[in-house]
Amino acid sequence: MKVRIKFSKEGALKFIGHLDVMRYFQKLMRRADIPISYSEGFSPHQIMSFAMPLGIGDESVAEYVDIEISEHISSKDAIKKLNDNSVPEIRVLSFREIPDGKATNAMSSITAASYDVRFRDEHKPTFDVESKLSELMSQDSITVIKQSKKSETELDIKPFIYNVEVNDGVVSLLVSCGSVMNIKPELVIKALYDFCGESFDEYYLLIKRTEMFTGDKTALVSLNDIGKDIE
Amino acid sequence: MNALSDRILLKIEKPARYIGHEVNAIYKDPNSVDIRFCMCFPDVYEIGMSHLGIQILYDMLNKRDDTWCERVYSPWTDLHEIMKAEDIPLFALESQDKVKDFDFLGITLQYEMCYTNVLQILDLSKIPMMAKDRDETDPIVIGGGPCSYNPEPIADFFDLFYMGEGEISYPELLDLYKECKSKGLSRKEFIHEASKIEGIYAPSMYEVQYNDDFTIKSFTAKYEDVPSTVRKTAVSDMSNSCYPDKPLVPYIKATQDRVVLEIQRGCIRGCRFCQAGMIYRPVREKNLEVLKEKAVNMLESTGHEEICLSSLSSSDYTNIQELLEFLIEYTKKKHVNISLPSLRIDSFSLDVMGKVQDVKKSSLTFAPEAGSQRLRDVINKGLTEEVILNGAKLAFLGGWNKVKLYFMLGHPTETEEDMRGIAELSNEIAKLYYELIPKEKRIGKKVQITASTSFFVPKPFTPFQWARQSTKEEFLDKAHTVMGAMKEQINFKSIKYNWHDNDLSVLEGLFARGDRRLSAVLLKAYEKGCIFDSWTDCFKGETWEEVLEECNVDLNFYTHRERSIDEILPWDFIDTGVTKAFLINEWKKAHEATVTKNCKMQCSGCGALRYGKNADGQCVAFAGGNL
Repeated sequence: MKVRIKFSKEGALKFIGHLDVMRYFQKLMRRADIPISYSEGFSPHQIMSFAMPLGIGDESVAEYVDIEISEHISSKDAIKKLNDNSVPEIRVLSFREIPDGKATNAMSSITAASYDVRFRDEHKPTFDVESKLSELMSQDSITVIKQSKKSETELDIKPFIYNVEVNDGVVSLLVSCGSVMNIKPELVIKALYDFCGESFDEYYLLIKRTEMFTGDKTALVSLNDIGKDIE
Repeated sequence: MNALSDRILLKIEKPARYIGHEVNAIYKDPNSVDIRFCMCFPDVYEIGMSHLGIQILYDMLNKRDDTWCERVYSPWTDLHEIMKAEDIPLFALESQDKVKDFDFLGITLQYEMCYTNVLQILDLSKIPMMAKDRDETDPIVIGGGPCSYNPEPIADFFDLFYMGEGEISYPELLDLYKECKSKGLSRKEFIHEASKIEGIYAPSMYEVQYNDDFTIKSFTAKYEDVPSTVRKTAVSDMSNSCYPDKPLVPYIKATQDRVVLEIQRGCIRGCRFCQAGMIYRPVREKNLEVLKEKAVNMLESTGHEEICLSSLSSSDYTNIQELLEFLIEYTKKKHVNISLPSLRIDSFSLDVMGKVQDVKKSSLTFAPEAGSQRLRDVINKGLTEEVILNGAKLAFLGGWNKVKLYFMLGHPTETEEDMRGIAELSNEIAKLYYELIPKEKRIGKKVQITASTSFFVPKPFTPFQWARQSTKEEFLDKAHTVMGAMKEQINFKSIKYNWHDNDLSVLEGLFARGDRRLSAVLLKAYEKGCIFDSWTDCFKGETWEEVLEECNVDLNFYTHRERSIDEILPWDFIDTGVTKAFLINEWKKAHEATVTKNCKMQCSGCGALRYGKNADGQCVAFAGGNL
């Protein structure tokens, strides 16, 4: 049975990198005695795959890992066992069965993600974020320089910004995410600073991922909603 | 709240080294405890987190309701620079509170080349490096671990040292501290009182006088109520001694990323160069049922995917077969690997290895330590060429084709013939493979023999504590002699030979048998930027040479000189149980190339009996390891 686990990663653990989170979950599965399936071969490993790595320094309340289990366990029991054996900074939020097959794979099915972006106290913007953002979004295009491993390319990111809201100084973004087009929230905020003619450093921002989605941008479904609880 | 700002944590390598919050880390309300203890391993986090001793003491001290034990490791060089530049004080991982505000700073001393890191810890903590400059606002700085068996080169930096196994006297020491604190006694008064506890050495309570030839004239207690010798403490009943059920699990990969199950302490073998084999006497085994329970508890509480057995010589553990059978059965169900310790190669161990490792990929390890039988008798390494070749034969027939051999160069009485023996033995093993395994059955066509040599460093409390250590140039010559002999071997192409660094071996030797006058050398080296000396990339050989010259250190006095057995050695005031008479006798027997039987075969009356006497008055080591 294929299972999707949703978890949060907050506080001091925002400094733990993706590879270490993977190692953490491998050990957590053993501590919690989850009936996870293993691969064949001389050194079998747990069948486990993570969605979209989170940047070091960012927090999240919507991380996902898919696993395969070999025996029945109810969602309620599994969540309790996992949280009893996890540190307070990583909380398991759901444990749900998802349909078999590649199409539902957490990593490859992601199309969008939402983020809350705050500004550090010592780096509050000098401009009015809400009005400047709506001005920016009313432009015909928002051109940024996107750096890949080898080259820099100009890119219009406007079509990939699906929603922008500002509440109490917190910028909520819904942007394209995944293998087709991956827009990091820093990139959008940098575009805003450029638009205002202000210099920018990624360090100004405190980023929290709030959800990941699959499906077409007009009908996004959260990765969590794909699954159903196990009784 | 982290002691380091996000700005710093995002800038440095592996910020996870400095944030705590690991699985099984202990958090307490600082207002609910009387004693704040900060335990330090003076090396980088990944090394320090792999150390068993701290896991044991962390667990033990935190079981006390009145104490919160936290940890600190050496900030890596990137953070070191930032902390110095921005004047950030060193902090403990759990509370992120300043180390300076703790009641105790305990530093484990596992190797001599960590001494400049000890100074780094004190410096970054803003604790005066010299113990005499500390006041009531500073923690009590206490050292422990194998290097404290000659604490003198670092005596000036410590208020106290703990000689022996921490399980015994820490409760008494902490109770005394609490009492002194409630009575409002001074730091000096506490140190004076503490020096009366078994296993505790307070350097400031003793005075050293020197002869004109630089040797020690006298070492005396300054006060009548301070004991003139410091007696090591050791656990007698290992089975009921504290051991963690929930070891700490780091987020980043530590060197030892596995459950460590200590099966026994001490060794019956009595190799004459080996300090661990002498200072941890007598061998004390843990009960099989206790070990099974601990193994399961630790695997369940950590989620580690591997377990390894820890001891100086696991094959000597009486119930090794039953223990391994249990572990193989249990770990197979749970998808856990067993990492096998240094087992003697015989049909049993090969059978076990075949079950838990991929034979094609794994290699077999022998540690003959010397190239000829004569020299193996000198060092009392009870391993004969016949035993090695027999083991290799069984292994080759079982499908192995990789062999690792460990030797030391520079043993007392070593001749060119002994050095050549290293090459000849390597060649014999390769030859055996080609004789034994027909062409069509050979994996990868060749046998792979890797021979490694390290340089012998005489250590306190061993029969070789009086020995002359070779110079840097002699070490290199010896390695070249071995290399030359290797090239003459028929099977040279199947043998790989490598040797360790000689610079470090000389410095290690200097501090291993040094005296109080060397503290100035360490201070100067640290001032000039020496830290992480055991890391090849960080080791500043030229700076060290400069420092030795500026401080007028005579290496001929400290390392390249055979000491007379009448000389007062800097560590003579410590009583490890093993008597000086025994060590002298072993030193003489070494020169006659006479072997001493191991503890299970015959008791040699070394003196360690007092730490493990059974009901019949016999030493546990002779009686089979269990009380």
